[in-house]
Amino acid sequence: MLTSIYRVIKSGWISFWRNKWLSSAAISMMALAILGLSGLVLTNVLINSLSQNLEDKIDISVYFKLSAEENEILDLRNSLIKLPEVKNIEYVSTDEALEKFKEKHQNNDVLMQSLQELDSNPLEASLNIKAQQASQYETIAGFFNQSDYDDIIDKINYLENKAVISRLTAITAGIRRIGFIILSVLALLAVLVSFNTVRLTIYSARKEIRVMKLVGASNWFVRGPFIIEGALYGIIAALISLLILYPLVWYISPKLTGYLPGTDLFYFYQSNFIVLFLLQILAGVALGTASSLVAIRRYLSED
Amino acid sequence: MIRFEKVSKIYPPNCRALNNINLEIKDREFVSIAGRSGAGKSTLIKLLIREDSPTAGRIFYNKQDINEIPKREIPFWRRKTGMVFQDFRLLPDKNAYENIAFAMEVGGRDDADIAKNIPQLLRIVNLSDRAEHFPNQLSGGEKQRVAIARALAHRPEILIADEPTGNLDLLNAWEIVRLLIKINELGTTVILSTHNREIINGLDKRVVTLEKGRIIKDDEKGKYILF
Repeated sequence: MLTSIYRVIKSGWISFWRNKWLSSAAISMMALAILGLSGLVLTNVLINSLSQNLEDKIDISVYFKLSAEENEILDLRNSLIKLPEVKNIEYVSTDEALEKFKEKHQNNDVLMQSLQELDSNPLEASLNIKAQQASQYETIAGFFNQSDYDDIIDKINYLENKAVISRLTAITAGIRRIGFIILSVLALLAVLVSFNTVRLTIYSARKEIRVMKLVGASNWFVRGPFIIEGALYGIIAALISLLILYPLVWYISPKLTGYLPGTDLFYFYQSNFIVLFLLQILAGVALGTASSLVAIRRYLSED
Repeated sequence: MIRFEKVSKIYPPNCRALNNINLEIKDREFVSIAGRSGAGKSTLIKLLIREDSPTAGRIFYNKQDINEIPKREIPFWRRKTGMVFQDFRLLPDKNAYENIAFAMEVGGRDDADIAKNIPQLLRIVNLSDRAEHFPNQLSGGEKQRVAIARALAHRPEILIADEPTGNLDLLNAWEIVRLLIKINELGTTVILSTHNREIINGLDKRVVTLEKGRIIKDDEKGKYILF
């Protein structure tokens, strides 16, 4: 049994070397497929961070009347935080609002002067609420319609931003869906092409497969070397796509950061390097062995 | 030892390749199957090595009905029979030594055994100096001798040669036939299918003549009777 396994591996290795040209064709196709799949993963990261960016820009701000007591507001905040849709709530007290206002307009003398004319702080306290998902703002806004806090709430800006928010929600959902479809089609193409290349290498060996059967080789003894070959294709293709991908990401990443502030693709790639590389190898080996297994079936099924 | 009982083979829709064949081949016999192309020689051999199944009738090896061998055990049956073909069917990516070794490896023989046996086999077919050559570096006669060495690798009880001389000139053809006779004398049953008149007439052994899928003659010391 052990000798058989050793022989199968050895003969897979030898035929891999002796068919250099066919092997390199299969490897390059498979490297493209793996590159496509890795690109899929990275693009998905980009799309996520893009829609994350957009969603982060959405929130609901609730402004409270100047007469509202701080503990009432905190009370409301506590009951809001219990809603499953709420991600976080930022409380801005009247003093903080004033600080922020001053900071923002410190170069505007007219505003600063008019502020000093006032005896009291004219700015309202507010709660900035972020939802888990953009589609949940409607629910959160609905909460205020039923709550008993109407007498302390001055205004809710959701109602003013409603159109913008629902538009953004639709856009991010659309980007995700379209991106997913395009990438799935690309990945499918890559897989089909490399499957067909492996099938070609096995087709070119169909006579040998027949001879092997005729000298009394069992199905596994015939199949084994082809599967080993397929796995070797996968491993080498993964290495090649690594050699291409690493400098590519290094080069592209800063340019992307220019368009999408806050996304650092290269950082993501580096910090997930091992997982990604293992995934690439796994994809390569799975693609190679599965293609070999499927492609060789018809040449073995005769008897 | 081998017995064909009322064997017929029809290829759809209605090509009768073999028609009611009854044939018995004894242990250690040397039998030539003669006939023109399309007479049914190759079909007969295909049925014997279970590359195909008869439409009717049964084929026995001793008491075993060949057609009832379970699929999983077909490789074991093939290892009992050595096959030689007109087109040699060597593995092009393996050299002479590896081609022979492959047949032994599929039989699960260990490396020491293989290393000991191949030089002997190469000596029998007189190719000791060609072990490292690949098929495309060998002449037709040499290729066929490698194929015979490979067929002998399992120490088969039956050696089946399907037109082994079809692609060779007469000189090389006789060399192959002499090799087959030598193998037969060492105790292996040999079945030789051929349409070569000189070879059949020069052999002076049993000849079974096929025409249009029927046995038309079966002589202990036969001659080629077709024109």
